[in-house]
Amino acid sequence: MTKFAIGQTVHRLEDPTLLQGKGCYTDDLRPQGAAHAFVLRSPHAHALIRGIDTTAARQAPGVIAVLTGQDVKADDLGTMPCIVPVKNHDGTPRGETPRPVLALDRARHVGDPVALVVAETYHAARDAAELIEVDYEPLPAVADVYGAAQPGAPLVWPEIKQNIVADLHLGSKEAADAAFARAAHISKIELVQNRLVANPMEPRAAFAEYDPATDRSTLHTSSQSVALLRAHIGDIVLKIGDKLRVRSGNVGGAFGMKAMMHPEQPMIVWASRRLKRAVRWTGDRSEGFLTDVQGRDHKVFAELALDKDGKFLAVRATVYAGMGAYLSQFAPMIPQSVHSMMPSVYAFEAAHLHLIETVTNTVPVDAYRGAGRPEGIYVTERLIDIAARELKIAPDELRRRNFIKPSQFPYTTAAGLVYDSGDFEGLQAKALKEADWAGFPARKAASEARGKLRGIGLTMYVERCGGAAPPDSVALKVNKDRVLVLPGTVDNGQGHMTVLKQLVSEYLGIDMEKIDVSQGDSDANPFGLTGGSRFAVVTGTAAGIAAKEVVDKGMEQAAKMLEAAAADIEYGDGDYKVKGTDRKATLFDVAGAAGGIEALHIKNTGALTFPNGCHIVEVEIDPQTGVTRLERYTIVDDFGRALNPMLLLGQVHGGTVQGIGQALLEHAVYDNESAQLLTGSFMDYAMPRADDVPSFNTTFHHTPCTTNPLGVKGAGEAGSVGAPPAIINAIVDVLHAKKGIKHIDMPATREKVWRALNG
Amino acid sequence: MYQFKFQKAKSVAEAFAGLGKDGDAKLLAGGQSLIAAMKLRLSQPSALIDLGDIAELRHIKVETGTVTIGAMTTHATVAASAEVKKALPALAMLAGSIGDRQVRNQGTIGGSIANNDPAADYPAACLGLGATISTNKRKISADAFFKGMYETALDAGEIIISVSFAIPKRAAYVKFKNPASRFAIVGVLVADFGSSARVAVTGAGPGVFRIAEMEKALAAKFAPESVANIKVPAEGLNSDLHAQADYRAHLITVLAQRAVAAALT
Ligand SMILES: Cc1cc2nc3c(=O)[nH]c(=O)nc-3n(C[C@H](O)[C@H](O)[C@H](O)COP(=O)(O)OP(=O)(O)OC[C@H]3O[C@@H](n4cnc5c(N)ncnc54)[C@H](O)[C@@H]3O)c2cc1C
Repeated sequence: MTKFAIGQTVHRLEDPTLLQGKGCYTDDLRPQGAAHAFVLRSPHAHALIRGIDTTAARQAPGVIAVLTGQDVKADDLGTMPCIVPVKNHDGTPRGETPRPVLALDRARHVGDPVALVVAETYHAARDAAELIEVDYEPLPAVADVYGAAQPGAPLVWPEIKQNIVADLHLGSKEAADAAFARAAHISKIELVQNRLVANPMEPRAAFAEYDPATDRSTLHTSSQSVALLRAHIGDIVLKIGDKLRVRSGNVGGAFGMKAMMHPEQPMIVWASRRLKRAVRWTGDRSEGFLTDVQGRDHKVFAELALDKDGKFLAVRATVYAGMGAYLSQFAPMIPQSVHSMMPSVYAFEAAHLHLIETVTNTVPVDAYRGAGRPEGIYVTERLIDIAARELKIAPDELRRRNFIKPSQFPYTTAAGLVYDSGDFEGLQAKALKEADWAGFPARKAASEARGKLRGIGLTMYVERCGGAAPPDSVALKVNKDRVLVLPGTVDNGQGHMTVLKQLVSEYLGIDMEKIDVSQGDSDANPFGLTGGSRFAVVTGTAAGIAAKEVVDKGMEQAAKMLEAAAADIEYGDGDYKVKGTDRKATLFDVAGAAGGIEALHIKNTGALTFPNGCHIVEVEIDPQTGVTRLERYTIVDDFGRALNPMLLLGQVHGGTVQGIGQALLEHAVYDNESAQLLTGSFMDYAMPRADDVPSFNTTFHHTPCTTNPLGVKGAGEAGSVGAPPAIINAIVDVLHAKKGIKHIDMPATREKVWRALNG
Repeated sequence: MYQFKFQKAKSVAEAFAGLGKDGDAKLLAGGQSLIAAMKLRLSQPSALIDLGDIAELRHIKVETGTVTIGAMTTHATVAASAEVKKALPALAMLAGSIGDRQVRNQGTIGGSIANNDPAADYPAACLGLGATISTNKRKISADAFFKGMYETALDAGEIIISVSFAIPKRAAYVKFKNPASRFAIVGVLVADFGSSARVAVTGAGPGVFRIAEMEKALAAKFAPESVANIKVPAEGLNSDLHAQADYRAHLITVLAQRAVAAALT
């Protein structure tokens, strides 16, 4: 049986290749004769570059070229774009942070690219880089997102006052203030959204080939969107338009980070075009830490207003969001999602966010799994727990009193989003049952008998997925014996090929074995972007529409072949059939006779989806050491519908583990004075490992999404949204019981927890 | 990595001769510290002399009162050795707690103690189990061998041949791992030798050290409560991102109790 219906667990077709080490990642492309590049980076967080002497490096053995910011300027390359316009509340536009692909006169973070060495071997390039003499004049640096906005802080950009690159209000301040004015109770929190490093297994890489016959370049690079890179590199930075083709093979993890153009990508293409030679670069782990766009980095002051019955009135926050030294492509937009997510799954009258985006002498920040949603949900769900404790209402009860009810859909939230579906109360009830919430006191007593402290934490979450830009698209090509699917998205390890084959198999009634999926070629694939949990929603829908179009386009040919009127022909199970007869022609026969059938779906409805769910966590803390173990972990999600339950759970598990990493372990720590990254390797930056993670009890509570024909909501980021508040709520459950502590910042390391308990 | 010459030694004598020939040559054991430092360009030996082919450096010998391990014996071999598990289970367990599978399959006891990383595990075993380190020149007691951060009593050209551990009545090692590197933030080895006891601490200070007060208390009575109230001063202990000195000091006492309890079970 090779026709798999939507909703079945199909094992990942990618796995045999990838698990046997037969995948083909960018660095696996090693043609003879390609030159190797090494990027010399600033060791200073902030310094003027008064001159660069490359004489010795250029004469070193095997060196082909040494390029600097002066060459970038001479060649008139464009700067790295930030494509998000922002208007400040005073009507002025946000600040600009024009970034050349190689720093010209100023380095603004440790790792900022300063020179590119191209040589016959990697080692020759790296040896030569040590001969480059850069005349730096170190300047005072600032790393702290909040400190940067205080008077007297060193300026990252002299033209950006107080390092505030954007200052805006989202939602109605007046409405929120009015609600707060009549509140019976106000709960407050001050918190930190810890800065994170994406750390995909496969580092960033770029390999550019040049074809003198056509004057075209092909960039092979690990990415989430060949189309976006083609546009940004080809049109904006190198200004060569379609003379650039971008390809991505297997991608070993991305998590948002590889959606962004990084300077090395245009840099390598540029070098290759100058030298008319293939040039390759693969970043190492240290470069990943020092240059991959990072995530989160907020300082938050927030408040929740309630009436005397514990009804939520309004939520408001002032968020300082770190942008790093330069505005990355989507950076200023990401923290804006804090506002849209602040109402979570509750009926609020008002939600207001004062967002202050600051630049610091650190690696740029951009989308990282969740991209603004975890940050927003965390604020509200932490506030709710604090309010519950202050008002002596059980946390599940306080949430229950405030849920948006199924009868209210479509429901416009206080942040202006229109939720289409969900059953928040039913979902929470299911989670409480799954978690045996009622049995917690007994488990707590058992822990205490063993000298351990046990806490329980609950969170609800909702996400905004799908959406308008950029449109995702699918092209389908059918010939006499095969179907080719060309998605705009790029698989980063999710299993897109499997799900696309499953979908198209069902849409067309064709065996999966006769379906091919080909991704990641800007010449062949239509526009698209992997990100924002959009694949199932947007690409899945596009595939369905393209499939229908294929069937429709074949109808005329089928009518001819079957000698029947199109109106009398129906399509099913891969065949065009004359209704009420046994006369039929296969799709392949029809396509063969028609010389192939092609369809391209590129429109996007722009419809949003709202995956939601509940995480319940039980922690056990060793009071002597502060070690926190996750003892029980229950997740109930509403993803609308499961296309492939196994792959869906893979997303839930992966996202949750990343959330656990943020809550307990991960933190990109910069030195306050020097702005050096102190956690620049896996010796100091703690990623979650198998023994940090419990077994998850996962269940679904699907309510079909009404905004797309598949009824799916998207699941890629859900876990990373739910885990942090649930875990911190559970830890604070202990800290409050023992010490009256209201909050602990992430990551709640063993030492922090120990100090909280013993302070 | 910078360029270097590579030589495979067939015997200890050949390795010694190789070291003599080239001032900046270094011995290569499992490469788990050295190769990593070279890749980061933090270490630049002119030549590597690989000890990997010298069979006499790979052995485990259990005799009355001692367990002797050849310098090139890997952590994985020690961890899995039936003889070690029987004679000195704490040592097998300690070896099994080092790094990850790949590190244990490559890394060696000789390399580990020659390197003397302040957070390494074997130094605690050596000091806590009164080990004697045999080199191509002499025998050195563990108490004299470890000299603070990354420093040992080894002379230039001196090659570790083996390490002999005294078998105690009972012993245990408890390691509080750095969540990132999984090296020891604090590791405590306690050993009960009947009339005496040893307590060795790694990870907490600039180098492995003993705690005389705990040893005295444990010699009198080998029980967790004997050390429960012995506080270790924070002065001189490491303070870093992962643990401030006072936290480390506190952990030493907690882990010492747990190690004693583990040794007794
Ligand atoms: C990811 C990772 C995690 C790790 N985790 C831990 C951990 O948890 N605990 C821990 O204790 N260690 C840990 N290590 C270090 C590991 O144990 C190494 O094996 C050890 O530090 C060095 O041993 P080696 O055999 O690899 O020596 P090498 O790296 O080959 O050599 C280290 C040094 O010792 C010298 N040397 C080697 N053999 C001899 C000899 N016979 N005589 C004289 N000098 C010699 C070399 O010249 C070199 O200077 C980890 C390493 C890695 C990469």
